[in-house]
Amino acid sequence: MSGLDLDQAMPPYARALAIRSAGDEDGVPVLAMPFRVEVLGRPGFLHGGAISGLLELASIAALRSALAAQGRIVRIKPINVTVDFMRGGIDHDTFAVGRITRLGRTLANVEAAAWQGDRGRLIATAQMHYLLRGEND
Amino acid sequence: MTKAPQDMSDGERFNPAQISAFMGRHGHGGMLGIGYHDHGADWVTLKLDWRADLVGNDDTQILASGPIISLMDMATSLSIWTKLGKFRPHATMDLRVDYMRASPPGQTVYGRGECYHVSRSIGFVRGLAHNGDPDDPVAHVTGTFIRTEGFGAPRDLTHERA
Repeated sequence: MSGLDLDQAMPPYARALAIRSAGDEDGVPVLAMPFRVEVLGRPGFLHGGAISGLLELASIAALRSALAAQGRIVRIKPINVTVDFMRGGIDHDTFAVGRITRLGRTLANVEAAAWQGDRGRLIATAQMHYLLRGEND
Repeated sequence: MTKAPQDMSDGERFNPAQISAFMGRHGHGGMLGIGYHDHGADWVTLKLDWRADLVGNDDTQILASGPIISLMDMATSLSIWTKLGKFRPHATMDLRVDYMRASPPGQTVYGRGECYHVSRSIGFVRGLAHNGDPDDPVAHVTGTFIRTEGFGAPRDLTHERA
């Protein structure tokens, strides 16, 4: 999926957070979220919920891209998400990418990571399970 | 009157209604329009109205997962200070959300956060998101918060500027 297609496919919540596509990493879409007052938590730091939202959107972008490559049309329903916060997010752009660890017929396991200036210094990670439902299921 | 948690004076009893009013007007809580609903000795319930710009899927019009995580993060965070009776700086260490069902379009989500244990450095929390009936939950939540000042907190979570 090209960057432009991805931006057009972003849901309202992603647009509310001003999230945009920021290229790809080994073919997996990377998303970026700018630092603004709308994503501020405690003074000077990103809100954990906004970071979680970015991680979730990156995971879904990775899934949509992988499912499209397989020609599959399914609904993606979240089962659960576990977010680990490792560093406070500061006043920089935040990037995130989702990595699919298993894509089955009914279940997908995804791990997402978020970072700011340095790709090697993650600010948060998330582990997610999604239920995949075909149009007729 | 509303004030930020860090502006509370020494000896002042923590008031979750007052602090959540502040959080619902500033920053990410303000963007989501999160409001105060109720509280007890060790729990706080906040609410989040459905809004078209918080939808995660254009086809279903169901709220994205992110706003519900934010709601539960705030409710559980406030429950720690409510149990302590005072503000003590902390950061979310981890949060797990299990979705029982989707929250239908148009419906308000109530997020009840409860602090079931707090130690010198860690607050242990759990919570429930529902649409008005706690027996029919949207999601269950569990998590931990780590104190960020005064007790060997990792610098990464606090004042790192590198």
